[in-house]
Formats: sequence, structure tokens, C-alpha cells
Amino acid sequence: MSFQGKGNIVYEKDGEKYFVVDEHIHYWDASPENTTNKYGEGFISCFYDYHKNLSPEEYVWPYEKYRKYSEEDMMHDLFEIGYVDVAIFQSTYLTDFYDNGFNTTARNATLRDKYPDKFILNGSFEPRRGEVGLEEFERKYEKYNFTGVKLYTAEWHEDSKGWKLDDYWSLRHLEKCMELGIKNVHVHKGPTIWPLNRDAFDVADVDRTASMFPELNFIVEHVGLPRLEDFCWIGTQEPNVYGGLAVAMPFIHAKPRYFAQILGELLYWLGEDRILFASDYALWQPKWLVEMFVDFEYPGDAEFDDYDEVTPDIKRKILGLNAARLYDIEVPEELQLVTADQGTGPVASPENP
Amino acid sequence: MTVREAVLDALSSVRDPELDEPVTDLGFVSNLEVESGLVSVRLRLPTYFCAPNFAYMMVADAREALLSVPGVREARVVLDDHYASAEINGGVNGEKGFDGAFEGEAEGPDLEELRRVFHRKSFVARQEKLCRELLAQGYTPAELADLCLGGLPGPRSTAARQYLERRSDLGLDVSGTAPLIVDPDGNRVPEAAVVRHLRFARTVRVSIEGNATHCRGLLATRYGSSRVVGEKPDREETAV
Repeated sequence: MSFQGKGNIVYEKDGEKYFVVDEHIHYWDASPENTTNKYGEGFISCFYDYHKNLSPEEYVWPYEKYRKYSEEDMMHDLFEIGYVDVAIFQSTYLTDFYDNGFNTTARNATLRDKYPDKFILNGSFEPRRGEVGLEEFERKYEKYNFTGVKLYTAEWHEDSKGWKLDDYWSLRHLEKCMELGIKNVHVHKGPTIWPLNRDAFDVADVDRTASMFPELNFIVEHVGLPRLEDFCWIGTQEPNVYGGLAVAMPFIHAKPRYFAQILGELLYWLGEDRILFASDYALWQPKWLVEMFVDFEYPGDAEFDDYDEVTPDIKRKILGLNAARLYDIEVPEELQLVTADQGTGPVASPENP
Repeated sequence: MTVREAVLDALSSVRDPELDEPVTDLGFVSNLEVESGLVSVRLRLPTYFCAPNFAYMMVADAREALLSVPGVREARVVLDDHYASAEINGGVNGEKGFDGAFEGEAEGPDLEELRRVFHRKSFVARQEKLCRELLAQGYTPAELADLCLGGLPGPRSTAARQYLERRSDLGLDVSGTAPLIVDPDGNRVPEAAVVRHLRFARTVRVSIEGNATHCRGLLATRYGSSRVVGEKPDREETAV
């Protein structure tokens, strides 16, 4: 499959051009009408705090708009002003919190169908429904023709507060992904998981599962935050593990030193070919994230002395070329790398730094 | 020391297990009342969905710390604004334990294993912080590999004291002849491996410090930036 984003503004700065793939976006509905219970209220309120805490002031929305925004808002923010060439929907169900779900495959599909050259649609599966879930998953795949899957392991379902990627029924679903030709699996950890007395953010199940399915790509959202160290470790062990920058990106404004450390660590352990830009729209907006990332430099003090410079080519890879490779997105010649590979690819592992 | 001062002192020994900082510094203690042997404390967290296991630990640790203060007969700790506030508050103040508070949702030896996992991370991060300090003073990695605890320069820095404290929590050797750089199981890290050992330790430190920065930001967004009982500002605000 080949895919090409058309008719968008190319972001150009200091003579450098950038192709942008926003690998994690939502078209959610958390309006009061769709909110089922106090957990749904708590969830969107928590999202809003993330938005307010890390956005530049001029990009903060009123709460009402944040709960449910329009198609026009989205097209404007991503493509008209946000420099995005192609955006990837990561469907998130949360049907225990929202009557019609938060942003389901069905809801996101309406926009993908309307703007097929701008959006890629990722679906999801629910392993805790076992055999029934497996059949539903295949039916949904046939109906919506999604490209990859997004898995939220902390999702609540009946009495369960979460699941692990290497649970039996999850493995069965991943086998089904292989059978259907789905190759990109986005994994998102959250604060609850059974059993509740273990660390819910632990990414060890990604490690085990990535070894079992070397043909699949595992994109760990939020680069494993708050377990950046565990994520970096498994990234050195498993060549098919990638880091999605959703949630990490906005620190570039609010906590620039922390952002610089995250990026420096990721480049050191994973290398420049396995890091993917994302805004997590509408949590944050791509316009300011792209602009600030293109301008990014490490702070000048000793803490950052041994990090290598982030060149325009490295920025091009992170902003779009790495995701384009995973999703077979056609990139115009003029937006490819300017210089040849500078040999700064995967550089280190805990055994061989 | 008044009872109130002693109570505050005890509370400052309670740490967020993930962020490895006192709950007082983090601004998690929103209210403290002491009245003739009865202490009431209210805790608050950066989000409604903070992991319930860590939340439980802090509430339980706070109650235990309060009850250890001479003159305190009764202690009540209440966590506000959390999706599992009812289970946690009922569990801690009714002394049911985490298993009892979340019946059927936990498995195995309560929360002690989780605490140990995070003590190990904190051990690694504190060791890196101390070694970073020593490297800045002119020690080479090879010298650090040879250094024993008794050879640490005196007087001991905060980083050194915090490292030894966590090392002791893990039950590792803290005698003067024990090597400075050991892994969380207490095995000496050989000279050839010290640089890479410290490089990964740095990632652990960056992760923990970054999470603390993020949590402070979220707490300020959620509750406003008014300082409460014992709070200290974010390092990012003071670093730049």
C-alpha cells in the first residue's frame, strides 16, 4: 500500500523543509451528553489538566470546546496551520466511561473516509472478550479497513482494570494481526492494571511480546513515560520497538530541560531511526510543537555536554520520515533527507554503550 | 519540639515511592490538624487517576509515621479527589491492607514487592547522583570503581547520606570496607563496567527527576500554585 498526503503546507525554516507525520491524534467526544459516570468526568478533567499544564497560554482551549471539538477545528489545527502532512488516528474506546466511547474506530473512520489522503486509521482489539472479541476484531477490520492497532492496556472492562500484552488472548489477537497483514501495534500504558499491586506502567510485557512477534512493529506511546528507563532498556534489546513522542513532545515548552533529557536519552539508547513525532491532538496542537522542535537545541550546561547535536536530518526523521517508513507513506523527493546517513543510528545498548 | 513540629517531621519522612521525594516537598499534604493527641492529615495527588497502589502506600505510610510520634494517640489520613479515594481511605484507616481494600483486584504479597522495585530504582538513581558529584570533584571512573564506603570524602554530602540510607533499606552492606559501586543486589560492579553502569543509572535518575517535575506541574494546574504544608518548588524553576 502506498499513501501520500496532498495539498498541505510544507514547513520550511532556515532553508530546511520538513515532512510531518503526526502519529497519534484523536477525534474524541467527552461532552457531558456522552459522559457516563464520574470516571469519565475524571478522565477528561485529567486530560484537560495535561493540556493546560503543558500548552503555551495562547493554545489553551476553554473546557467546553476541549470536551468535544469539531471536524473544522481539527482540519484547521492539523492541516491548515499545523504543518501536518499525514495524521494517524489512534482509536481509544473507554466505553465504561463514555456512552458511545471516547474516540472509537467508527467515529474516527468518518473523517478518514472523508479525507483519505490525510488520515490513516488505526483500530483496536479487546482481548478480554476472548473468542468473541477475536471475531469482532476481524469483522471490524473488514468493515473499517484500518491499518494498525492501538492498544490501551489500562482500559477498564467489567471487573478488570487492565491486561498485559502477553496474556493468552492478547497473543491470539496479535496472531490475527499477522494473518490480516496488520504490522504496526501501538501500545499505551495507563495507571491501572490487574493485579493492582504491581507497577501498571511496567513495559516488560512489551519486551516479551516484541520478541515473540519480530515481524510486528511495537510503537510504545509516550516513550514509556513514566518508565523512560525501562523503555530505553527494552529498546536496546528489541529492534522492532519504537518510541512515540505523544505526551513527551509538549515538555519542549513547559519543561524544556526535561524534554532535552528525554530526547537525549532516546537518541542515545534507541538511535534516530526509531523515534516518532506525535501531538496527541487535541491534548496539544502540532503547530507549536513542530515549530519548537525544529528550533530545538540542547541547553548549554554540563548536564547536556555529552549529547550529540540534533541535526535537521535527525529532526526530519523524527518528524515524519520514520513514521513514513513504518506506514509506507510516500514522501516527496524534496522532503527526504538532505545529507546521507551520518552514522549516528542506533548507537548503544546497556551491554555495549 | 512541639507535637505539631514532630508530626511534620514524621510526615516529611514519607516519600512518594515513584518520585523518591517527601510528600511534604511535593505539596501532597494539603492540610494538617493536631488536637490533643488526635492528628488529621489530608493528602492530594496530581491527578484523579494516579496509580492506586502508590496512592495507597503514601496514605498508609503517612498514617504509620503519624502514629510513631510520641503523644499521638489517633491518626486519620484522608486522600481527596481520587477515583479510588473511598477504597484507599477505608482500607488504610480500617487497617485492612491493600489486599483488603481492593479485594479480588490484587494478588500476592501486598505492596512490599512493588515498594522493593522502586527502592531499587531509587538506589540506582541516588548512586548515580553521588558518583556524578564525585566525578565533578575530580575522581576518575576507575577510582570510583576502587573506592570503598569508608573512603568517601568527608563531611558526607546530602547525596552520600541519601545513597547510604537507601542502600541500607535494601539490606546491602554499608560497612566502611564495602565497595561504593554495587548493583541493587549488592554485587560489585567491575572497573570495566563502571562507565556503562553509570550511563544507564543516569537514565534512571533522569526518569525519576522528570516524573517529579511533571507531577509538580500537574498538581499546580489542578490545585493552583499556592504553597501548602512544607512544599518545595520544582527543580526546573530553580535550575534555569
